[in-house]
Amino acid sequence: MSILVHDPGLETTVQDTGRFGHYAIGFPPSGALDSFAYHVGNALVGNAPGAAALEAVYLGPTLEFTADTVIAVTGADIPATLDGEVIPLWESVAVRAGQTLAFGQLAGGARPYVAVAGGIDVPEVYGSRSTYTLVGMGGFAGRGLAAGDELALGDDAVAPRAGRRVPDDAVPVHPEVAELRLLVGLHSYRLTPDSLERFTDTAWKVTPDANRVGYRYRGAELEFVPREQPFGAGSDPANVTDCGYPVGSVQVPGGVEPIVLLQDAVTGGGYATLGTVVSVDRDRLAQTKTGDRTRFVPVDLDEALAIRHDRTAQLERLRSDLS
Amino acid sequence: MGHTIAARTPGVFYRRPSPDADPYVADGATVAEGDVIGLIEVMKTFREVKADAAGTIARWHVDNEDEVSIGQELVEIDP
Repeated sequence: MSILVHDPGLETTVQDTGRFGHYAIGFPPSGALDSFAYHVGNALVGNAPGAAALEAVYLGPTLEFTADTVIAVTGADIPATLDGEVIPLWESVAVRAGQTLAFGQLAGGARPYVAVAGGIDVPEVYGSRSTYTLVGMGGFAGRGLAAGDELALGDDAVAPRAGRRVPDDAVPVHPEVAELRLLVGLHSYRLTPDSLERFTDTAWKVTPDANRVGYRYRGAELEFVPREQPFGAGSDPANVTDCGYPVGSVQVPGGVEPIVLLQDAVTGGGYATLGTVVSVDRDRLAQTKTGDRTRFVPVDLDEALAIRHDRTAQLERLRSDLS
Repeated sequence: MGHTIAARTPGVFYRRPSPDADPYVADGATVAEGDVIGLIEVMKTFREVKADAAGTIARWHVDNEDEVSIGQELVEIDP
């Protein structure tokens, strides 16, 4: 049982929850950027949490299935077809051997996910099937899919069947301006109070430099408080003495074009961290695209923890409703 | 009625393969289906934009190095 890749799309990769435990030695986790869409896709097709799925961006792949199976497309709002017939999103769909999944023009969001019963069966590398393309490891041959690839599928899905459906009110919407909740710190004191306010007041535009490594934004210039250059720090006013970067952290080299670091990013360095996008809202970020607008909304640590708690509970409820 | 080629991804549109090269297609040139008419740069990769119909380049809706969005009309082709 396998998938034949006829057209890979733009940068379609195998992803799971990520490769954890090696951050301290400079190893980012990779893994599905939109964790909610990824987890729900697995639940729809009867996979255990953590099975590997496909993450695409902007353009969906064209995939032929060599055996009968069950799939689910989640994430972005994009027309998906099986042999030319439109299939529903956020719902498990039966596929017959020889049928081809294809995608039309993206209508909302940015990243569709394809979950397949049994999961994509690529070797685990350091405990994960996620692709980390920058160093060419994990996933399928350490790279994005290419035409002619054949992906093996697992066979341990539990009672996969068509017709499992996510309730409409649980399907994320893709708003005109995405609001990303932000835990402010560790180095927000480096910005002038005016600039910190400007940072959260600006509707930032996603530049073409927006991928699994990070998203770069344009929209305003920020000023740093004048200071004496500390020992070990660079001369850019945005520099601090090197430190670890949380996944989701925001830095503004030179005071222009803030960058949110994502799951394939460098794990540390010498730029001030103004704040960190809460993990739940990285899902929303993953569904924004070049040209979209984004606003950062400050929250405190208690709110951030409550947001994560609520999302975990929601996923548990969905998993139990869909099983 | 002309045919319009639209952007399939967001990004920066280029009419030339490199800054010093000639444009892929000159104004008024004839293109065949599948001919490259430009590039869109997104996520640090360049993706070719191909004509999905044959004809003559009639009118550009975007300039070189414009940022484009998905579905945005790039160029009109007269049959």
